[in-house]
Amino acid sequence: MAKYLVLIYGSEQEWDAQTPAELEVKEAGHMAFSRAAGAGRLSGEELAPATTATTLRASGGGTPLVTDGPFLETKEVLGGFYIVDVPDLDAAVALARLLPELREEHGAVEVRPIVDHG
Amino acid sequence: MPHLPPAPPAPQPDVAAALARAHRDEWARVLASTARVARDLDLAEECTQDAYAKALETWPQSGVPQRPGAWLTTVAANRARDVIRREVHGRRVLPLLVDDLQHDVQADADALALTDATRVVPDDRLRLVFTCCHPALTRESQVALTLRLLCGLSTSEVARAFLVREATMAARITRAKKKIAAARIPYRVPEPADLPARVHAVAEVIHLVFTTGHDAPSGDALVRQDLVDSAIRMARMVRELLPGEPAVTGLLALMLLVDARSATRVDAHGDVVLLCDQDRSRWDRDAIDEGLALVTEALTAAPPDRYAVEAAIAAVHAEARTWQQTDWEQVVGLYDVLGRLWPSAVVRLNRAVAVGLRDGPDAGLREMEPLRDEPVLATYPYLEAARGDFLARLCRWEESAVAYEEALLLAGNGVEGAFLRRRLAEARAHARP
Repeated sequence: MAKYLVLIYGSEQEWDAQTPAELEVKEAGHMAFSRAAGAGRLSGEELAPATTATTLRASGGGTPLVTDGPFLETKEVLGGFYIVDVPDLDAAVALARLLPELREEHGAVEVRPIVDHG
Repeated sequence: MPHLPPAPPAPQPDVAAALARAHRDEWARVLASTARVARDLDLAEECTQDAYAKALETWPQSGVPQRPGAWLTTVAANRARDVIRREVHGRRVLPLLVDDLQHDVQADADALALTDATRVVPDDRLRLVFTCCHPALTRESQVALTLRLLCGLSTSEVARAFLVREATMAARITRAKKKIAAARIPYRVPEPADLPARVHAVAEVIHLVFTTGHDAPSGDALVRQDLVDSAIRMARMVRELLPGEPAVTGLLALMLLVDARSATRVDAHGDVVLLCDQDRSRWDRDAIDEGLALVTEALTAAPPDRYAVEAAIAAVHAEARTWQQTDWEQVVGLYDVLGRLWPSAVVRLNRAVAVGLRDGPDAGLREMEPLRDEPVLATYPYLEAARGDFLARLCRWEESAVAYEEALLLAGNGVEGAFLRRRLAEARAHARP
């Protein structure tokens, strides 16, 4: 088994504009993901808007610089994540495919292996 | 005085031939089986190389074994087991290759014995094919891994095929192998539901190897026959292991029909000979017959695969006794089908050329006009080369010369460049008052 971080990206502007009905459909999609993952879903959270992020930047060995906003200012932002424990990449991708954000035009999901220090 | 070891005797011609044959026919099998034992592509590759080196050393004395592939596999797999035993306490940087057999082989040995007759264990080569062509790898990595691990080309040969430095190609292959291990791309044949898409990806990789060989992107030789042969061999192997996949059948047909013309594509001076001027009596009839039978088989799938339709177009040319007898009506119709399956500017260009050959150069030029704004074709010499040809047929020499000049700016290959320069000179000679 191997652990993967599943990162969900999309446009915050589009997410903010969702109707309650759209949100309900999306919620159902996440439930379906969790059901399919079963015990393989180790954790998963929705993140508060990127505008609420605080970033600390290294400043050449001195005191880190604390700034307002996410590390990268991009149109698509990280909106949430899951950690899953599955046999291999194909299984992780098959699960990720179920995420409702992939039915939105602006969505993308990154599947990143977690290093096993064994 | 130091005692020098005697130089190893040069292998006898039959041993050398047997080794070359084993390299060509057995490399993928040896490496694929070893990879399942080693559970590490790097180690499998190293052990496979060692096994061939050992064959070179021992076959001249012991003779060529009855089944060279089995001999090489045993030697390579044993070597892998030795290395693994020695490495038990060593530090492993990357996780082992995941496959679908490893975890339960010991525990379920009894259960396996009971169901062995019904359980289909896929050929290891198929696992290697799908791992090398996994969609989580970039296309260029897929091709590099396929040539290195399945076709047995050396890293420097792969580098030469794609015109990059050997160090660059070595880094690309290493990166891809690391990703397979770290991301745990499984060493496995995909589930039936995923199979069609995954098989198509495999076909695309093989096709890319073929076109790289068939239209060598640069250099003085138009064709890199070694790459063409690797692609055809690989398609045959996948077809043997996965019969009835229309993408693979269509692709094999396409490659055979196109390669059947290879002897006539370049003349004795190394200049390009167009399809219309080729000596059709010198086309490879055996390859054509095999290709035609495969096209028929591939076209029975509904909807047809893109490669099956491309093969059908090649088949129309193969069946025409002369250029004049080409059934352009059918070619245009097939390009219509192809355009629906695979909408692309290149298909539209080929269709426009076929229309011009069916209805005359004016009609062809009309079809090509909107394509001149296609960004995809902006770096593609064939659009302007085709326009240059149709304009010359209409005796519009000055415009023809301009088109050939533009095509020449875009053509990379030395042989094609020489062809375009000849056509340009002709057009210019006519254009002069």
